[in-house]
Amino acid sequence: MEVAQTLGNEIHVGTADEGEQLLTFLLAGEEYGVDILRVQEIKGWDSVTVIPNTPEYIKGVINLRGTIIPIIDLRLRFSLESIDYGPTTVVIVLRVELEGRSRIMGIIVDAVSDVYNVPEEGMKPPPDFGALVDTEYVSGLMSVDEKMVIALDIDRLLNADELALNKDGEE
Amino acid sequence: MTFVEESLEGLDIMESVLLELQPGVTDADAIDTIFRAAHSIKGGSATFGFENIATFTHVAETLLDQIRNGQRPVTQHAIDLFLHSVDCLRNMLSASQGGTVADQARIDEVKKELDQLLDSEVEADIKSTADAPADIVSGSWQIHFKPYPDMLRSGNDVVRMFRELNELGELEATTDASTLPALADLDPEEAYLAWDLTLRGEISRAQVDEIFEWVEDECDLSIEPLRKPVAVPHDPEKPTAAPAAEDRREGNDRRGGADRRKTPTGGSGGESSSIRVGIDKVDDIINMVGELVITQSMLSQLGEDFDMSRVERLRDGLSELERNTRELQESVMRIRMLPISFAFNRFPRMVRDMCQKLDKKIELKLSGEQTELDKTVMEKIGDPLVHLVRNSLDHGIESPEQRRAAGKNEIGTVHLNAYHQGGNIVIEINDDGAGLNKERILSKAVERGLVEEGETPPDDEIYELIFQPGFSTAEQVSDISGRGVGMDVVKRNVSALGGRIEIVSTPGEGTTITIRLPLTLAILDGQLIQVGKEIFITPLINIIESLQVDKNRVNSLAGQAELYQLRDEYIPIIRLHEVFDIESENTSLEDGLLMVVEGNGQKAALLVDDLLAQQQVVIKSLESNFKRVEGLSGVTILGDGAVALIIDISGLISLSQSRLRTATDTAA
Repeated sequence: MEVAQTLGNEIHVGTADEGEQLLTFLLAGEEYGVDILRVQEIKGWDSVTVIPNTPEYIKGVINLRGTIIPIIDLRLRFSLESIDYGPTTVVIVLRVELEGRSRIMGIIVDAVSDVYNVPEEGMKPPPDFGALVDTEYVSGLMSVDEKMVIALDIDRLLNADELALNKDGEE
Repeated sequence: MTFVEESLEGLDIMESVLLELQPGVTDADAIDTIFRAAHSIKGGSATFGFENIATFTHVAETLLDQIRNGQRPVTQHAIDLFLHSVDCLRNMLSASQGGTVADQARIDEVKKELDQLLDSEVEADIKSTADAPADIVSGSWQIHFKPYPDMLRSGNDVVRMFRELNELGELEATTDASTLPALADLDPEEAYLAWDLTLRGEISRAQVDEIFEWVEDECDLSIEPLRKPVAVPHDPEKPTAAPAAEDRREGNDRRGGADRRKTPTGGSGGESSSIRVGIDKVDDIINMVGELVITQSMLSQLGEDFDMSRVERLRDGLSELERNTRELQESVMRIRMLPISFAFNRFPRMVRDMCQKLDKKIELKLSGEQTELDKTVMEKIGDPLVHLVRNSLDHGIESPEQRRAAGKNEIGTVHLNAYHQGGNIVIEINDDGAGLNKERILSKAVERGLVEEGETPPDDEIYELIFQPGFSTAEQVSDISGRGVGMDVVKRNVSALGGRIEIVSTPGEGTTITIRLPLTLAILDGQLIQVGKEIFITPLINIIESLQVDKNRVNSLAGQAELYQLRDEYIPIIRLHEVFDIESENTSLEDGLLMVVEGNGQKAALLVDDLLAQQQVVIKSLESNFKRVEGLSGVTILGDGAVALIIDISGLISLSQSRLRTATDTAA
């Protein structure tokens, strides 16, 4: 009991009241973060089954203990140069929510980095780059030890374009 | 909520029995069944605090009780009124679920009618009381009340009941303590006493009944009108209330028996999300699991110290495991299977109502109600079936006059039949009506530009036309059908379930609509095929044949489409690697195999690299975490854990057609 309390004080358990925690990962040298409560698990890269007639960034689907989940290459999604998957390449399995429906999806990133507490004053809003950089999927920026971490709005990112639900006949 | 489901089931039972009632005949068993259903709905709704349902049912129940006791005859009016009450109760139940708003005006109206009917009876009662010898003190009652030993355990409080009786009028009680044991043997939780109660005042029977309502199954109870002391206590000439009370007790006993049986008759078949499973099916599964555990422990023992000399035993064990798994899978699948009577049940009522509305005489025949099919399939086929039956009743069967003029029996017949055939369930809807009007369909089709003027397609193609969206040949749009919405939806729903629908019609003799559906949506017999490095699954049901390519039979059309001549047919070739955009080393026709498939009435020849095994696959949804993909009906997990895509043949054919069109457009 005492241990648990100490741990709780030190690690700062992420509940809604106490503020958010971000799991961060690396992608082409930049550090991105997602809400840690949305992370289901992190697993190594394994082969996927390709789904025909889908954009290149949708790598395919995998069998996650009987559930079929799509895997998205985030480099390709952000139109970054693609690299060969290496030993640090991981799939972060996330819960994505839209209109009361939650879906499980995996994103491929270069490597996982760290877990940070979001400062109490919150995150800074992303600056407006005009049409130059698409900041639509960025929910905020935050600095940790002089580094910038980009917090992603995964609900918007993973429900956009080809990942959007079919408009008709969806059950 | 179980109460709602059970009540809906109860209502279904009430409805089906009511439909069998004949005016003027008091069928005691049937009325008992209705009464029991009404009674448990009342009890349940009162327990769960649905006061409006409880009060409503109470009035109906009182009426039913009087009918059961022979105090009033079964009239057509009463049957109609009860059927309306069933509707109102359904309405209230679904409103209590928050889905809909209760139609209070209608409920009040039916309640008023019920009350009126009840009042008319009360008047008759009063008259008969007035006619009766004057030794009865009206409004006063003689009650004999002997609780069964365990009545108190169910939370009933005799003191409270007596207090309530005392509030109604002047109460005198004589206690019979003859069965009271010695103090040492006394179990404080048991009831030993019996009472003779005299209640004087202006009290109606219903008021007294109400107090004993919750205990009537758990005690000996007789409630008789109080006689003046001069009267002989048991007058054989006075068979009014006393035998009624006796009857009632008998009925109660029977009710207890029936409740315990819990026969799964009827069912809502609608949105209920739970499922009732026969205990034999559950026992089956438990047995299978038992065997599976034995096999597993045998195998793990074998694994402890394994050497090559025991490989034979390992093989035996593995084949045992395979058998166990397959049987277990089959048993589990059987849980989801329900008799189609769940879907058929609603039709007798519908036919009856529509006959009244349309002024037609129609007999409904049901057969094969015990044919089982998957619960999901059943839920999705319900509405299309209703639509088709409605069509038969409205458009198919002619009016009695027309039928007489045509020399037919003026009572039309609609026959619903279901049976298994191969891996399919076949549902037939047959009517002996006028048949489809070919000329009218054709002229309508010409009008809408679906068919060229002067062209006469074969009969089956004409009948197919009625499945076109917005196609209705009814001269007059009624509120039942004829709006032209529907047949296309029916066809779409059936196709979505992987089924087919066919029409056969003979003018003047009737129409038969046949629906073929797969038994289950969860498991599919599939053929594994290889294209490039990918493995796909084709439903076995779509495959006609597979063949080696004979180069001479390949024809090209406008430089774009390729056709394969198979006997006297030209079948378009679909190169799977092109449509699905897969890297494949093998792009020439000679190196591959052609698999001739049929989907939605269209044939196509798929070019694949190789045919692998045939196996049963469990269908997983691609939509739950991703979305629908054209040309695929789902995915499955293969033995090695890899994911394989299941091809939706009709989707694939239309996908390839649209690709072809785009290609031609770009070329032009």
